Amino acid sequence: MEKQSDLLLDIQHLHTAYRLQGKFYDAADDINLTLKRDEILAIVGESGCGKSTIASSIIGLYDHKNTKVTGDILYNELNLVGLNESLFNKIRGDKIGMIFQDPLASLNPLMRVGDQVAETLYYHTDMDEKARHARVIELFNQVGMPRPEEMYEMYPHELSGGLRQRVVIAMAIACKPEVIIADEPTTALDVTIQAQILDLLEDIQRQSHSGIILITHDLGVVAETADEVAVMYAGQIVEKSDVKTIFENPLHPYTRSLLNSMPQSDDTDEDLHVIKGTVPSLKNMPRSGDRFAARIPWIPASAHEVEPRVHEVAPGHWVRCTCWKTFHFEDEDSTQKATAASGE
Amino acid sequence: MWKTILRRLLIMIPQLIILSLLVFLLAKMMPGDPFSGSINPNTDPKQIEALRRAAGLYDPWYVQYFRWVGNLFHGDLGTSYIQHVPVTSLIADRANNTFWLSLLTTILTYSIAIPLGITAGRHQDQWQDTGVQIFNYITLATPGFVFYILGLWLFGFTLGWFPISGSVSANASGFWGVLGSRLYHMIFPAILYALIATTGTVQYLRTGIVDNKVEDYVRTARSKGVPENVVFHKHILRNSLLPIAAFLGNTITGLLSGSMIIESVFSYPGMGKLFLDSISQRDYTTLTALILIFGILTLIGNLLSDIIMSIIDPRIRIQ
Ligand SMILES: Nc1ncnc2c1ncn2[C@@H]1O[C@H](COP(=O)(O)OP(=O)(O)OP(=O)(O)O)[C@@H](O)[C@H]1O
Ligand SMILES: [Mg+2]
Repeated sequence: MEKQSDLLLDIQHLHTAYRLQGKFYDAADDINLTLKRDEILAIVGESGCGKSTIASSIIGLYDHKNTKVTGDILYNELNLVGLNESLFNKIRGDKIGMIFQDPLASLNPLMRVGDQVAETLYYHTDMDEKARHARVIELFNQVGMPRPEEMYEMYPHELSGGLRQRVVIAMAIACKPEVIIADEPTTALDVTIQAQILDLLEDIQRQSHSGIILITHDLGVVAETADEVAVMYAGQIVEKSDVKTIFENPLHPYTRSLLNSMPQSDDTDEDLHVIKGTVPSLKNMPRSGDRFAARIPWIPASAHEVEPRVHEVAPGHWVRCTCWKTFHFEDEDSTQKATAASGE
Repeated sequence: MWKTILRRLLIMIPQLIILSLLVFLLAKMMPGDPFSGSINPNTDPKQIEALRRAAGLYDPWYVQYFRWVGNLFHGDLGTSYIQHVPVTSLIADRANNTFWLSLLTTILTYSIAIPLGITAGRHQDQWQDTGVQIFNYITLATPGFVFYILGLWLFGFTLGWFPISGSVSANASGFWGVLGSRLYHMIFPAILYALIATTGTVQYLRTGIVDNKVEDYVRTARSKGVPENVVFHKHILRNSLLPIAAFLGNTITGLLSGSMIIESVFSYPGMGKLFLDSISQRDYTTLTALILIFGILTLIGNLLSDIIMSIIDPRIRIQ
């Protein structure tokens, strides 16, 4: 039995809609997720499926005029949806730390990197300037920056990509947040640096017992670091489970297709298939029926639920729709036969 | 930073040499010489020839050039053929007048433009922004001289609030009296000029704020829990002011050339008015001297811009 306090984030029925030409369109549609202490929750999916939308909804950073967020995001029983800004500012940076994709763009070009980390401390602690400086040096050591005293005085453009991302991480963990959200933290980095940064995140989590939401489209990253995985497609979660199940017993066609697209997939013939197509744009998103149906037209409509729901197929393993039961990858021979048949 | 500045100063040397050569050639191409004005029907042309020879007007061009440059270093810009006084003394007083008018105009321009740019950028697409944009279109579309003449007519002639010519009144006495009178003469042209000169700064600042608002580093600052007000002043505004600060040096030289119209409309004895007067009087020596001075000031303005940039933008220092 887990303790109540182990639950850090409890997201229920989250809808985030953006206004496009006067109308609101859901970019995150009925999202249900939990994040526990000591857990790395990975959110995976193609570009445009709504991963960053979830992150910005949690941390409350969106254009309030053109974005509508409904549902509940409970952080220790405090609902973050609709929380007023001054209260939210006490939580952002202190209880929830955020790491973004592009470390150069994420840093203010006119400020010394040390001062940018110290800024977090300024707003959440009562340390004086000296104490803040000392804490920044300590953080720089923790995130593995060489010569931290020297680094403090540097400007972002003077650092390498890997070092910049370490600064961003130092900034996010400065106040020992319980929740860390990392939105594609390694996408902008060299392959060799990526592994180091992921190791660093895991280290931090082991030390601080925080919960990490790791947003990525790289399944390799997921396999290496995640405990729980949520697979997203077109604004919805299509499959959710622990990492072992996702990799060993993926059920939803989209998950299976994603896994097949992994470079060093050594599965047998049938599983090498990858489903073609892309995530529909917000305005063209089908608002009823299975959103993935359009990409697997060889599966008969009767295999899909009319209004697909998420089913718990095994304890802790959730899959949207029932089409996975009859799903098979499109066989080239059979399509040829089909077209030949229709031609006769 | 010092390295950047030193290198930048070194670059200026060839620029100055080229400028001086160009101005020298220009001077040579202009008609007349120091003796053409003093020709008296009774003077023997041979005598004038001898004077010209003695003055070195028949020396090779490079000898003349180096003599001219040498004189420049002694502050000798030649003698006006028309007014028969050294150009240096002709320019000195007016340079002073123009300097103060330009300084006042610069201060006024920024004190109007910066708040307007901030308002527009902060309230993008709201009524405040629309108001500023309308103001900006008007200042952009209004030709300076029409605006100045209208102002002069309305507030100078009709209402009599401001003096309509000169830089100081003849009966002002005492330090404060003279200073007050000078300010009184300058303030109105400076206000009119500043209003017209705000366009670029307002637009740059507005665009800077609008662009920077959505930058990732601003989102980072917010994600640290920095209050919105501080996010704006410490992060967005500072980055948005970069191009304005960089433009400061150039603005000053721009004002100098723009001073021609305002000074002429207000009969304000400055360099701009002197320039236009020299053209209409065909006072070529004064004209070349002024072109040289404007050229040098432009180079200094650019230098100033680069130095300011290297101080405020850490990304510039490295290169
Ligand atoms: N501010 C916004 N206004 C309007 N539409 C938006 C906005 N932000 C995102 N969208 C749209 O919402 C959908 C989801 O975007 P989101 O950025 O969450 O995707 P993502 O999964 O993070 O993709 P990526 O991998 O490219 O970062 C996309 O169709 C995107 O175009
Ligand atoms: Mg994203």
